[in-house]
Amino acid sequence: MEEHKIRVLVAKPGLDGHDRGAKVIARAFRDAGMEVIYTGLHQTPEQIVEAAIQEDVDVVGMSVLSGAHMTLFPRVKELLDENGADNIILMGGGTIPEEDIRELTEKGYAKALFTPGANTDDIVAWIRGVVQ
Amino acid sequence: MHELVQRLLDGDRRAVARIITLIENNAQDKEQLLRELFPHTGRAFVLGITGSPGAGKSSLADSLTSYYRKQGLTIGVIAVDPTSPFTGGAILGDRIRMQEHALDKGVFIRSMGTRGSLGGLARATKEAIKALDAYGRDIILVETVGVGQSELDIMATADTTMVVLNPGTGDSIQTIKAGIMEIADIFVVNKCDRDGADKMAAEVSAMLDLGHGQNPNWRPPVMKTSTLDGRGIPELVEAVSKHREFAVSSGLFANRRAQQLKAEVTETVEHYLKELLWQKAGASGEMDKLLEDAAQRKLDPYTIARRILAVFDG
Ligand SMILES: Nc1nc2c(ncn2[C@@H]2O[C@H](COP(=O)(O)OP(=O)(O)OP(=O)(O)O)[C@@H](O)[C@H]2O)c(=O)[nH]1
Ligand SMILES: [Mg+2]
Repeated sequence: MEEHKIRVLVAKPGLDGHDRGAKVIARAFRDAGMEVIYTGLHQTPEQIVEAAIQEDVDVVGMSVLSGAHMTLFPRVKELLDENGADNIILMGGGTIPEEDIRELTEKGYAKALFTPGANTDDIVAWIRGVVQ
Repeated sequence: MHELVQRLLDGDRRAVARIITLIENNAQDKEQLLRELFPHTGRAFVLGITGSPGAGKSSLADSLTSYYRKQGLTIGVIAVDPTSPFTGGAILGDRIRMQEHALDKGVFIRSMGTRGSLGGLARATKEAIKALDAYGRDIILVETVGVGQSELDIMATADTTMVVLNPGTGDSIQTIKAGIMEIADIFVVNKCDRDGADKMAAEVSAMLDLGHGQNPNWRPPVMKTSTLDGRGIPELVEAVSKHREFAVSSGLFANRRAQQLKAEVTETVEHYLKELLWQKAGASGEMDKLLEDAAQRKLDPYTIARRILAVFDG
């Protein structure tokens, strides 16, 4: 009877104008049977968090290519927590150096970060694993 | 009272969001939630927006939202997009056009996938509308792609339905085929910044002259809009108000709502009855044996059906 469908918000914050990566990942999630909410380019952290709450997603996936990951991930995480939405898993991908990935994940600003070469199947499997 | 219902009534948007999820997932608490929400529903005005893919439904929802917000009205939006029948997944992209309202607490937007269950879409959508209604939204905009029976069902629950067409796409001819002509209270020729809007509007008018349309006392107006430059939006809002006034004064509104309630009770009874039946019949384990007999032509399906229904005897 009851069926939980995984819902993911794929967000594209910041100023860079490329959302090809975000669209590829959105399609991969859809093909894996998930519901993907896509909100378009140039989203602010506030917009992302509000959409995530209204859509009651399990996961927010942010694609960051602008180099602003060290401010964007902590900010979105902070807003999720402030709004009592700390149950929502924050993850992401983009051109993020190894040491920044380590710092962001260690500090809990992102649960996992994937670099552009990552296999979409692995990302899908990871999400299935963390959403209970 | 369910904790989530209390929070929803207190204005907590996270509770609204979670309740809609539980409804969509057909969760255990769903019936209790809907029972407790019901007394708080019936206030909102439900405006349906349907039309072919890419016609500008979300853009219109965005423009209408801006307009109504200036009048101080609160808005709920339910945007339905198709679920892939092959994977069960969906990309829900209607929010893209409404992001300017993302931070406005007077606007709550929810995207839903059709999830393809028989009659389930219409049901879940209607129930989500109730959640937003109880949440106190003045106007609820419901966007669906105008194909398929279940979407027609959803639109049957709207107080006013607009069908969105585009110039120069042969849309009008398709509309008749899809039977959408009958559900339109208002026609909107959107993208009127492009060539052919007048021609399209004239074609729709000509069809209305032929007597298409549902109500002899209401001839659906044909409005021209552009969400790019805002042309025709105030006139569209005016047309919606006019239809609403007509619906109230003519008794159409009360009539539709009464029919909806009746349909809801009937559907719910049938739904429960089915559940109960298969619960009882399934438990006896007799079914497999009966089917085996049917395969060997010892029993026919009609006799079997009567026997299965006998679980209700005595
Ligand atoms: N020229 C012009 N383009 C428009 C107008 N309204 C919407 N569009 C464009 O049409 C495209 C589709 O608009 P949407 O609002 O997403 O249409 P929709 O009907 O919600 O689409 P789906 O939900 O995908 O079926 C977008 O590229 C819009 O920018 C308009 O009035 N004029
Ligand atoms: Mg749309």
